Amino acid sequence: MLDDLAIRVRQNIGLATAVVLFCALYLVYNLAHPRGFSSAVLVQNSDEIFALAMLAMAQTVPVLMSGLDLSVGAVMTMVGCFASYLLTGTAGGTPIHLEIFGLHLNLGTFPGGIEGILLGMAVCVAIGTLAGFINGCIVVYGRIQPIIATLATGAVYVGIALFLRPTPGGKIDDDLNWAMTNSLGDFASTVHIFNDGAAPWFAPLAWIPVPFALLVLIALLVWVPFRRSVLGRSVYAVGSAEGAAYMSGLPIERAKIAAFALGGFFAGCGGLFLAIQTSSGNADIPQAGAYTLNSIASVVIGGTSLLGGSGSAIGSIFGAMILRVISFLFRIFDIAPLLQPLFEGLILLAAVSIGALGVLRVKNTLELFR
Amino acid sequence: MSGISKRYAGVRALEGVDFACERGNIHAVLGENGAGKSTLIKIIAGVVQPDTGGMRLGGSDVRFATPSAANAAGVVCVFQELSLLPDLSVADNISIASPPRRFGLIDARAQRRRAEALLAGIGCEDVNPLMRVRDLPLSRRQMVEIAKALGQRPQLLILDEATSALTSADVEKIYAVLARLKAEGVAILYISHRMHEVEALADRASVFRNGRHVETFDKGVRSTADIVQLMIGRDIAAQYPPKPAPRSAKPVLTLENLSWEKRLERISLRVGAGEIVGLGGLDGQGQKSLLLALFGVLRGVTGRVTVEDREVRPGSPAAAKSAGIALVPEDRKTEGLMLPMSISDNLAIASLDAISTGPFVDRAKERAAVERGIARLQIKIGAPGDAVSTLSGGNQQKVVLAKWLMTGPRIILLNDPTRGIDVGTKQELYRLMRELADQGAAILFYSTDYDELIGCCDRVAIMYDGRIVRELEGAELTETNIIASALNIDAATAPHAASGSAHA
Repeated sequence: MLDDLAIRVRQNIGLATAVVLFCALYLVYNLAHPRGFSSAVLVQNSDEIFALAMLAMAQTVPVLMSGLDLSVGAVMTMVGCFASYLLTGTAGGTPIHLEIFGLHLNLGTFPGGIEGILLGMAVCVAIGTLAGFINGCIVVYGRIQPIIATLATGAVYVGIALFLRPTPGGKIDDDLNWAMTNSLGDFASTVHIFNDGAAPWFAPLAWIPVPFALLVLIALLVWVPFRRSVLGRSVYAVGSAEGAAYMSGLPIERAKIAAFALGGFFAGCGGLFLAIQTSSGNADIPQAGAYTLNSIASVVIGGTSLLGGSGSAIGSIFGAMILRVISFLFRIFDIAPLLQPLFEGLILLAAVSIGALGVLRVKNTLELFR
Repeated sequence: MSGISKRYAGVRALEGVDFACERGNIHAVLGENGAGKSTLIKIIAGVVQPDTGGMRLGGSDVRFATPSAANAAGVVCVFQELSLLPDLSVADNISIASPPRRFGLIDARAQRRRAEALLAGIGCEDVNPLMRVRDLPLSRRQMVEIAKALGQRPQLLILDEATSALTSADVEKIYAVLARLKAEGVAILYISHRMHEVEALADRASVFRNGRHVETFDKGVRSTADIVQLMIGRDIAAQYPPKPAPRSAKPVLTLENLSWEKRLERISLRVGAGEIVGLGGLDGQGQKSLLLALFGVLRGVTGRVTVEDREVRPGSPAAAKSAGIALVPEDRKTEGLMLPMSISDNLAIASLDAISTGPFVDRAKERAAVERGIARLQIKIGAPGDAVSTLSGGNQQKVVLAKWLMTGPRIILLNDPTRGIDVGTKQELYRLMRELADQGAAILFYSTDYDELIGCCDRVAIMYDGRIVRELEGAELTETNIIASALNIDAATAPHAASGSAHA
């Protein structure tokens, strides 16, 4: 039994390191913050973490398969631009018309009200998933390496976003913005459930930030089942040894497409939340690029091997949180913002080096190359 | 199956082969590398499609488009190249094709129980199913591979060199499992280059040569010499080259009290010029670590290594190379060769200094050196620019050896160089080893095959638990003595235990 535990810890040493590092950094942050350990600070932090955490999960799935997805930031941006049209919550619904190549197409009216908002959110997530699915199909049927396929589709998705929102704009329903970016208590009182959030059993949960609850929910309801499914295991298998996975009769092509589609789903969730949080759509190309690179950094800090086959999306969430807490610490200690990229880079190097410390203990140098 | 033909890019791999095997029967398939055995198996297992011909399984025509279709029909193959996923656990690997599920998700606990049961069935209880395959030694991985195959309830089980990495004790366990399966009516195709295994196991044997099915015969009809001749189609004078009379040679390599971690314990050994010294014993007693330590791969080695009166302390393979040491590594596919690179690139890679002018590789010198290497070892190739992965296993191993010979080594370390290599190439390698020794090289040769050690070596050091327990020489060098020392028992007091024991 103790053996089993030792084996599990040894095999997840990257994840364990990330969890410990995050806890230490976040403790320092809260101790230094004048209103540390309060729900308000937690809510603010969760809002800032959510989108990157989603993109980190989105990046994890292709990386496990030993591919990189350079389009996650672009998918997020594109979905955000769609959301700024579909989630306005206008009572009479939103008319949708398209002007392209001099044609004026009237595509009817997107419903308004609460049904419209729910439908709009579903459509946004579906668009993200579809974008990932297309990536997967290009990789599998076009036989193109993931990094180059997603570089191309990423440009296409940013192009669509720019077409939708040449300048930042659009609108998100105010109640939706309020409900999604505050605590569970605020959420309940906005959507009028649990006696407007005053139900006695609900009181101990009311402080939890909505984005944090969503993150836990998505991890538990999407990632955990995926990891325990045959498709999920096939993704790990392909990243570990594709030839052996094929010879074992695994559904390799389906696994690859599923990996990218799931990545698109997570990126879509991130884009949806970012639009709700900022109450607008913005085809911000530098932002898309920065999110993509940060997602890769999060994956690595979270203990997932870029060679594929080992790691998990849970680790990547911690990786994303570590990256964000580092920037929180900058605010709290009032360091010149211009120095932030420099320090972020150094800290990223340090964090990744901790994971690589095991190299020093290796007595058989041949093992370094396996 | 009947009338099977297959061509790869115009090269004939199989030509009009008719072949059959029956239930409850162990059928050996013999032939040199490149004889068409692997292609035959790949067709049966659905990895490649035949150009012509058809297959019948249990009375109905079948055609497998993928390995999973073959698995579904009860055809399961343990391939020569391991098909395990290194980053997944043993339990995951064993149940990879059809894991036990609960509510549509993989049931980790049931999967673990299943792995434990299957591993116990082949006497491999020492492997924890939670371990990653990456962290297991080669012999354990091969046992996991066999457990995985058995878990698929095969009707036709194909073992392609499945015992080549196993220890003697494991081979015995596999024999017992195969006997049980045979009694249950499973048809077994058995491919091995170890003749005594074939003799011990097979009920029938088929010989292939140059893509053709030469002959099928029942056990005992043909002698070993007959079979070998059928396989290579030419006479073999003697299996091993003659040994020179013992002489006192100047030691080239001297080890004193070499220790590393808990795996090597105060090893002292001398290898003289012109001497072939074998490393014997059960698998995993430190033989491989010893070779790696000498080649500068291990950190924290203590003790003295002297090469021709000069103390050396190689800290890396590069340093070992400049001290005149060469190593033919255990796994030629990952440590020996860069498979996608050309034969010529692979041959020149260890001796680039010698063929360069300033910082640039001299193409003319490279070509000349490569041609010499190919000619010296008679490597069968299409063109030097072809990827080394297109060669058969035996020829790949020749490339590894030729690469090191081009550095002009004084000390040659060989880590099981004949694993998975056909009889003809093996004999060429034995001859070459003796030639190199006669030219003054000191050779340290680890093999899991005791026949080979007895046939090739002037002296054999038997290792047990990281120590050299005995050195056998001359008339002492017998199978009984090797096995007794390998088990660390005194041959004089326990001859019975030894004689009945493993024969690997």
